[in-house]
Amino acid sequence: MTSDEVILEVKDLVKHFPITQGIVFKRKIGDVRAVDGVNLQLHRGETLGLVGESGCGKSTLAKLLMVLERPTSGVAEYKGDDMYSLSGKALRRLRRQIQIVLQDPYTSLNPRMTVGDIVGEPFEIHPDVAPKGDRRKRVQELLEVVGLNPEFINRFPHQFSGGQRQRIGIARGLALRPEIIICDEPVSALDVSVQGQVMNLLEDLQNEFDLSYLFIAHDLSVVRHISDRVAVMYLGKIVEIGTEDEIYETPTHPYTQALLSAVPVPDPTLRGLRNQIILQGDVPSPVNPPSGCRFRTRCWKAEDLCAQEEPLLVVRETSAGHPSACHFAQQRDVVHAQAEADVELIEVEGSGEASVDSAAHTDDASTAAVP
Amino acid sequence: MAIDISDRPLPADREDSSRLLLEVDNLHVEFRTRDAVVKAVNGLTYSLSSGETLAILGESGSGKSVSAQAVMGILDSPPGFVTNGTIRYRGENMLTMPEDQRRKIRGRRIAMIFQDALSSLNPVFTVGDQIGEMFRVHLGMSKKDSRVKAAELLDRVRIPSAKDRVKDYPHQFSGGMRQRVMIAMALSLDPEIVIADEPTTALDVTVQAQIMKLLSDLQQEMSMGLILITHDLGVVADVADRIEVMYAGRVVEEADVGDIYARPAHPYTEALLKSIPRVDMKGQALSTIPGTPPNLARIPAGCAFHPRCHRAQAICATDEPEFAQVALGRRSRCHFWPEVLDDQR
Repeated sequence: MTSDEVILEVKDLVKHFPITQGIVFKRKIGDVRAVDGVNLQLHRGETLGLVGESGCGKSTLAKLLMVLERPTSGVAEYKGDDMYSLSGKALRRLRRQIQIVLQDPYTSLNPRMTVGDIVGEPFEIHPDVAPKGDRRKRVQELLEVVGLNPEFINRFPHQFSGGQRQRIGIARGLALRPEIIICDEPVSALDVSVQGQVMNLLEDLQNEFDLSYLFIAHDLSVVRHISDRVAVMYLGKIVEIGTEDEIYETPTHPYTQALLSAVPVPDPTLRGLRNQIILQGDVPSPVNPPSGCRFRTRCWKAEDLCAQEEPLLVVRETSAGHPSACHFAQQRDVVHAQAEADVELIEVEGSGEASVDSAAHTDDASTAAVP
Repeated sequence: MAIDISDRPLPADREDSSRLLLEVDNLHVEFRTRDAVVKAVNGLTYSLSSGETLAILGESGSGKSVSAQAVMGILDSPPGFVTNGTIRYRGENMLTMPEDQRRKIRGRRIAMIFQDALSSLNPVFTVGDQIGEMFRVHLGMSKKDSRVKAAELLDRVRIPSAKDRVKDYPHQFSGGMRQRVMIAMALSLDPEIVIADEPTTALDVTVQAQIMKLLSDLQQEMSMGLILITHDLGVVADVADRIEVMYAGRVVEEADVGDIYARPAHPYTEALLKSIPRVDMKGQALSTIPGTPPNLARIPAGCAFHPRCHRAQAICATDEPEFAQVALGRRSRCHFWPEVLDDQR
């Protein structure tokens, strides 16, 4: 279902939010570098997963791609046209092609509007998509497509459960028949048992309407399930990108490895048998990111080179065939059980000095306890 | 971080009264609202020994947080009422004891870590003041001494340069650091039982790993009993000894952690385990549980799970299944548990 046609291309996209001081005379005292040089390609019919911790710029990137924010520099091309040079009618036509499904189904639906009004609102703004007399029928069709009873058209959002509300949000996103849907954490507010229903719906819709998804989430297992390719983001930059298999089976960037190893696996037999990297400290402030490689302050491989030279996101000899932004990219299995498990505790003190405290121990007890 | 499972107390040991800290028996909690009576907890029974980690697993609205509030005695009342059951701490029923006696247990013997650290901390006091309050109120310490104690505690939960940070306000800490402050506060008086209500839900995975490691390290250091309330099957697999799976205010399955993941004995647990996409497995079609969790004001008759259960038969809609013993220390609330168990082979 994935074709080679590039539908959306992002080149060196940068978004800095100025920090100002003073009331009458505003002085700029710095920048929040939310997105700082992102390159991406989205193919037709593809799902590109975007993972990263909170504050890494995922949602700002989503807003940029929706043309809700204008970038500081860089371009994003939809089928070869620069999105940020468009205005007026041309921009409105573009907006029809890129829609968004938001995270929180409890706050992203207006409680005073009926489901019919919510799902039909895109037609008010783009009246040429559906003629007025036709709209109610179109809305009912959309509700049916997302698995809701078309008779619910006059109900209000509070009469629905979380999963159903997210379906309403998806129906609204589908209304204008877009080619690209940006899913910003679409399932993170839902219970596990309902999460699966919504993910299956998204996959069905993709097959039916040949949609491309940019799937933003912090839950790595969810991203793995739905994505064809995955990009890992850290402090406004993409640090590693590849197919779902490349990222999960042969991660080469230390941050990707740490992120993957931190995900708890629902299998007690693996307890103590996986390589676990526990990063210390928090993500540095995007106002004043570290020089060189941005991950170096939490990285156990960091050397002088990392502080001086910024590693580029390129395919390296040691990066297992996919781009990785690390000078010392190296493949490492962090997901499967290991014969000798390391629990690595990475302590970083001061700036850039990293020491690794590695305690290797195999644990027979945890395997013995399983019937 | 591996916890030696073979070292766990055998079922016979669990009855040993010196180790048994908390027994909850047939607990019922309901909320009386204007429109309806919402039955949040319907006959919850569990026990906790020292050094043990008990996970209470359930989706939103399954009654897991309400049951913890009832144990702590911090239920909003009205509208919440404990209508039946006992909660025994070292053999004493906490529900019938006078409030001043209960207050001595709360905070000092049984402490709680809340989910959302930002809204649980007071924004207008420094964290040093807030941690120190534990010492001032419970132990009558002076302000100066309590400040010193607070710094020690921050150090213990591995907050760098703790001495300076006691003077900081909650907003000056990151999410993970704030959660550490909450943990410091809960551990300040060396409690025997800590109830952690979704301690890592609001945090990123890398920070979640830090906090879970800290909690289990501290637990071993102090051999506390830990009740971990969560909806995350991954976290449970990593740290818990025993699990209570809750659905619609009842425990539907109780088992040791290894057993439940290897061979669930209740269809709800079975479906829940199947519905998680796994990082370490190339899972394809996601299996789901149809429908949504029930409204607690109108819990279905018979087995509460039967409208969503693929094994449901006529009897499930009429008769409530009993909490049947599956094996030693293992129970399931399903009419057909032998079949569920057999299917896992």
